[in-house]
Amino acid sequence: MFDVLTTVLTWVALAAAGWALVLLIANRPMQVTKWYGLWLFYVVALLELGLIVLLVVGLVRLANADHDVDGLSFVGYLVGLVVIVPLATVWSMAERSRWGPAVLLVGCLVVPVMIVRLGQIWTAHA
Amino acid sequence: MPDDDLATRTRSGPGRLLITVYAVFVIAATARSGVQLGTRFGEAPLAYLLSAFAAVVYLVATVCLVRGSRGSRQVATVSCLVELCGVVAVGAASLLAPQAFPDATVWSDFGMGYGFVPLVLPALGLWWLRVTGQPK
Repeated sequence: MFDVLTTVLTWVALAAAGWALVLLIANRPMQVTKWYGLWLFYVVALLELGLIVLLVVGLVRLANADHDVDGLSFVGYLVGLVVIVPLATVWSMAERSRWGPAVLLVGCLVVPVMIVRLGQIWTAHA
Repeated sequence: MPDDDLATRTRSGPGRLLITVYAVFVIAATARSGVQLGTRFGEAPLAYLLSAFAAVVYLVATVCLVRGSRGSRQVATVSCLVELCGVVAVGAASLLAPQAFPDATVWSDFGMGYGFVPLVLPALGLWWLRVTGQPK
């Protein structure tokens, strides 16, 4: 469950980042009134939904862990993942230029990095 | 040039991306130093205090870039300079005297653990403050 979910979320985040990169290169702002902006918004919303599921699954796994886990760091990364995407989205939609998608690009690329670190924390004392 | 224009220009365009990366580092450095100081301060006090200091500097720079007033921009400039000095000094120290840094900080090895972004970020910040500070 954990591996499947984190793998899927990594790919969703990379897909959103890829689409944001396309908008950045095509010089388009983050506009939900246009199809290209709306679809990016949908993918990012899907990503956030998955990250909330990851938070819940992660907390349950942590409570039932059969080995030592640095709980504080683990929960920190889980919460950080849930927080970062909405913040990046709000901040990117306030921008009326290609730098809006650029913000989302960075926000989405942080997600796979944090997921890798999350996995490292989980297996550190296994 | 009115102050509102200056503030808008500071946080628009590439500035908005710059602030995003800064915000990511505020979260990263704050979380890291919070866990380090809260759970195992005795293990590497110097490294952990430097992590906390870095977190504060990133926070000040981010808030000042978002505010973008004349005063804020000056504080942001100082923050960027402190960061640049910090990452170079701590980077060099962590290579020359690794025994003083049993655990890593954001600035260890010139920020290698964070893809050298801590080294590039203050330089970009100074450049952006300079570009937006020039009258059109």
